[in-house]
Amino acid sequence: MNQQLPAILIIAPLLSALIINISGWVNKKLCFPIAVAGLGLASWASVNLLLRVLDEGVVLYRLGGWDPPMGIAYYVDHLNGLVLTVVSIVALLNLIANKKTIEQDFPEKTGPFYTLYVLMVTGLLGIVATGDAFNLYVLLEIAALTGYGLLAMGEDRAPLATLNYLYMGTIGACFYLLGVGYLYIVTGSLNMVDIAGILPALYQSKAVLAAFMICMIGVWLKMAFFPLHAWLPNAYTYAPSAASSLIAPLVTKVMIYVMIRLILTVFTPEYVFSTLTVSEPIVWLATIAIVMGSIFALSERNLKKMLTYVIIAEVGYMVGGAWLGNRTGMTGAILHIVNDSLMTLCVFLVAGNIVYKVKGYAFKDLKGLFRTMPFTMGAFVIGALSIIGVPPTCGFFSKWYLISGAIQAGHYGFMVALLFSSLVNVVLFFRVIEIAYYEPFAEGHGHNVLPEPMAEAPLMMLVPLLIVAASLIVVGVYTGDIVNYIIQFAIPKEIV
Amino acid sequence: METITSIKPFLAVLISLAVTPVLVSSRAPNVREAWTFVAAAAKFLIVLSMLPTILQGTEIVYTVAEFLPGAAIKFRVDALGMLFALVSSFLWIITSAYSIGYMRGLKEHSQTRYFCFFALALSATIGVAFSANLLTLYLFYELLSLSTYPLVTHHQDKEARSSGRKYLLYIVGGSIAFALPAMLISYNLAGTLEFSKYGFLAGTGSRTIMAVLLLMFIFGFTKSAIMPFHSWLPAAMVAPTPVSALLHAVAVVKVGVFSIVRVLIGVFGVNLLLDLHLGTIVCYIAAFTVITASLMALSQDGLKRRLAFSTIGQLSYIILGVALLSPKGMIGGMTHIAMHAFGKVTLFFCAGAIFVATGKKNISEMVGIGKRMPVTMTAFFIGSLSVIGLPPGGGFISKWYLVLGTLQADNWPMLVVLLGSSLLNAAYFLPIVYRAFFCTPEENMFDNRVEEAPIWCVVPLVLTSLGSIGLFFYPQPFLRLAGMMIN
Repeated sequence: MNQQLPAILIIAPLLSALIINISGWVNKKLCFPIAVAGLGLASWASVNLLLRVLDEGVVLYRLGGWDPPMGIAYYVDHLNGLVLTVVSIVALLNLIANKKTIEQDFPEKTGPFYTLYVLMVTGLLGIVATGDAFNLYVLLEIAALTGYGLLAMGEDRAPLATLNYLYMGTIGACFYLLGVGYLYIVTGSLNMVDIAGILPALYQSKAVLAAFMICMIGVWLKMAFFPLHAWLPNAYTYAPSAASSLIAPLVTKVMIYVMIRLILTVFTPEYVFSTLTVSEPIVWLATIAIVMGSIFALSERNLKKMLTYVIIAEVGYMVGGAWLGNRTGMTGAILHIVNDSLMTLCVFLVAGNIVYKVKGYAFKDLKGLFRTMPFTMGAFVIGALSIIGVPPTCGFFSKWYLISGAIQAGHYGFMVALLFSSLVNVVLFFRVIEIAYYEPFAEGHGHNVLPEPMAEAPLMMLVPLLIVAASLIVVGVYTGDIVNYIIQFAIPKEIV
Repeated sequence: METITSIKPFLAVLISLAVTPVLVSSRAPNVREAWTFVAAAAKFLIVLSMLPTILQGTEIVYTVAEFLPGAAIKFRVDALGMLFALVSSFLWIITSAYSIGYMRGLKEHSQTRYFCFFALALSATIGVAFSANLLTLYLFYELLSLSTYPLVTHHQDKEARSSGRKYLLYIVGGSIAFALPAMLISYNLAGTLEFSKYGFLAGTGSRTIMAVLLLMFIFGFTKSAIMPFHSWLPAAMVAPTPVSALLHAVAVVKVGVFSIVRVLIGVFGVNLLLDLHLGTIVCYIAAFTVITASLMALSQDGLKRRLAFSTIGQLSYIILGVALLSPKGMIGGMTHIAMHAFGKVTLFFCAGAIFVATGKKNISEMVGIGKRMPVTMTAFFIGSLSVIGLPPGGGFISKWYLVLGTLQADNWPMLVVLLGSSLLNAAYFLPIVYRAFFCTPEENMFDNRVEEAPIWCVVPLVLTSLGSIGLFFYPQPFLRLAGMMIN
C-alpha cells in the first residue's frame, strides 16, 4: 500500500470524479460524500507521502512500471511533498466549507460542479507530483480546462471574464509546451531529472536559453505575474464562491511551484543564477509587481476584487524571493507557497460566508458585520493580520525570510517593496474592518443601540474557516520546524 | 548570570488569555467581572512569585518555539522586565475595579468585549516585559497595538474611527516601517536577536549604520510617543477613561519606552553607545520632547488631553535618563517607569471620576470642583505632586536620581531641561488644583453639596494615590531592581 501512495494520490480523486458524475444522475445527495472521500484519500496519501519523504528521502514512482526516461515517473521530494500536502488539504477543507454555497448556487448542477472540482484538484496534484515535463503540460491543461468551467459558472460577467482567462491561460500553456519542445529537441528527453543531467554540457546553447525563457513566460502568464496579470481579477471576482476559494489559493501557488521546480531541478540553479544573468531584472519586475498589485488593490471598493489584487502582489513576493538567488530568499518563497495558500483560503472563505449570508461583497454590503457575523469576521482579522505580516501568524515568518534574503542579496528595492506592501495591506484590511465595525454609525456613543441578532453562517461553513484561521497561527509558531525538517532539504546545496 | 527554566513567565502571559472564553460566554456581568479579578490577581501573584528569584540575581527563561537560531519565541525574566511587569500587573487589578465603576456608571455598551480586550492587552504587556529577544518583543508589541484598537475605538462613532485610524497609522505603521527593518538588519549583522547585558551589536557595523539603526528603533517604537510621532496619544483620549488610565499612562506607552530602553541596553549596550557617542543624540531628541510636550500641555483645556501631553513629556524622561548612560541616570529612568505609572494613573482615574460624577471634561469648567469632590481632588493633588516630582510623591525619588544622573554624566544642558520641565509641570497642574479648592462663591461652578463618583471609582483612585506616597517612603524594591540592570 505504502509503495502505491503516489498513484493513490492521483487515482483516488480521478476515479471519484467519474463516480460523482454518474451518481449525480442517480441521486445528487451522493455527490458530496464521494467527493469528500476522494479528496480525503488524496490528503491521507499526500500526508503519508510527505512523512515517507521525511523518512527515506526522494520517492520515485514509475507509472505502469515503465522506466524513465521512456515511461512517466512521479518524483516526490521535500519540495513537492510539502506542496502536495497543502494542495490536497486546502482543497478538502474548501470542499467541506462550501457544501452549502454549492447547494445554494447550483441546486440543479451539484453533480457536474463536484465532478469539475475534484477533477481540477486531480490536475493540480498531478502537476505537483509529476517528474515529467510533458506530463506536467497535460495535467496543466486538465487543471486549466476544469478551472475555466468552474469559474464560468459564476454571476453575469463570469463567462466573459473566464473567456479572457481561457485565451491568456491557453497562450501560457502553449508557451510552456513550446519551451518543453525546445528542451526535447536539444536533450531528447522529457524526464526532468534526465534533462537536468544532460543540460550542463549545453549551457551555452541558445536553444536552451530560448527553452528556459519561453517556459518561464508561459508559467508567469499562468501565475498572473505582473504585467501578465490582467486576466486574473475579473475571473476570480465573478466566480462562484466555491470555485474562487479553491482556485485563488491554489492555482497561482502551484504555478510558483512549477517555476521553482524548473529552476531547481530541470535547469539547475547553477545555470539559472550563474550562467544566465537575468535574476536582477526579474527581481525588479517582482518589485514592481508588488507595488502595482498593492496600488491596484487600494483602488478597489469591492472585497473580492481587492483580494485578487492582493494575490497579484503576493505572486511578486514569491517570484522575487525565488529569484534573489540565495538560500534565505528561496526558503521564503517556498514557505510563502504554504502560508499564502492558507491565508488566501482563509480570506476567500470569509468572502464566501459573507456572500452566502449577505448576497454581496461590495464594501457597502459589509456594514455591521462584526455584530452579525462575529466569528467570520474574527477569522477575517486573523487572515488579514497574516497577509499584513504580524507575528505570530505565518505571514510574518515568510516575509521575514523574504526580507532577510533581500538584505543578504543587497537588493534593497525588493525589501522596500515588501515593507510598502505590508503598510498598504494595513490600510486595505483595516478599511474593510472599519466598515464592518463602525458602520452604520450609532448616535450617542452607541449607548442606545440594540445589538442586532447574530446571523452567522452555518457551522458547516464556520468550522472549516476557523480551522484554517487557527492553522495560520499554528503554522506560524512552528515555522522553525517546517524550515528545518522540510524546506531546508528542498533546496539544493549549491544555493547558499 | 545564573538562569533557571520555568514555565512561569509564559503562564503569566497566558493567564489573562485563559479567561477570555469565559468572558465571551458569560451573560452575567457579575460573573464576568469576577473572572477579570481572578485573572488579574492570578497574574499579579505569578509575577510576584518570581520576584525573590530575580532579586537573588537569577534569571528565569522559557522557550516556546525556536524559529531561527537566536530568534526564538522565548521569555526571559530579568530585573527590568520584573519591574515593569510588577507595576502593570498590580495596576491592572485596581483598574479592573475602576473599570467596573466607570463602565457601569456610564452604562457603556459592549462591556464584555471591553473586558475581553483589556485582558488581551495585559497579556501582551507582560509578554513585552518578559521578552528574551527582539522577535518576541516585536510579536507582543504588535499584539498590544491590535488588542488596544477596539478599546480606543470603543464608542464606535466617527470620532472614534478617525482616532483609531491615527492610532493604527502611527503605531502599526511606525513599527512596520522602521522597527521591523531595523530588527531584520540587526539580525543579519549580528546573527542573533537575543538581548544581552552588553548588547549584541558591538563591532558589527560602522558608526553610521549604528546611528541609523538606533534612530529606526527609537522612531519605530512609536508607542513611546516621542516627537514627532506623538500625536496618536492625545487622539487616543477618545477611549473610555480606564483605557486612557492603564493603557495610555502605563501599559501601552510604557511598552514603547520599555522597548527603547531594551534596545539601548540589550541590543546596543551601554559601552557601544558610549564609544560612538550615540547616547547624546538620544538625549537631545528626548529633551526636545520633554520641553515641547510640557509647553503644549499648558494650552490644553481638555483635562485628559492635558494629561496626555504631560505623559508624552514624562515618557521621554525615562528615555533621557537611560540615554544619559550614567548609573544614577539609568536607575532614575527605569524607576520613573513605576513612579510615573502610579502618579499618572491616579490623575486619569480622577479625570474619569469627574466625568462620571459631573459630565465635565474641560478644565475651565472645573472651578470649585474640590468642594464637590474633595476626595477625588485631594488624590489629584497627590498625583500631580508625584508627576511634578515633589515630596511626598514617588516621582520625587526618580527625578532625584535623574538629576544626579545628569551631574554624574556631566551633562549640564540636560540638568537645565529637567529642572525647567519640572517648573512647567507645576505650571500646568497646580492651577487646576488651586482653582478647584480656592475660588470665590461667584466663580464656583458647582453647588455646595459633596457628591463623589461611585464607590468603585473612588476607592481605586485613593489606593493609587496612597501607593504614590508609599513609593516615596519605600522605593527600595524598584531602586534595587533598576540597580541590578547596571553593570
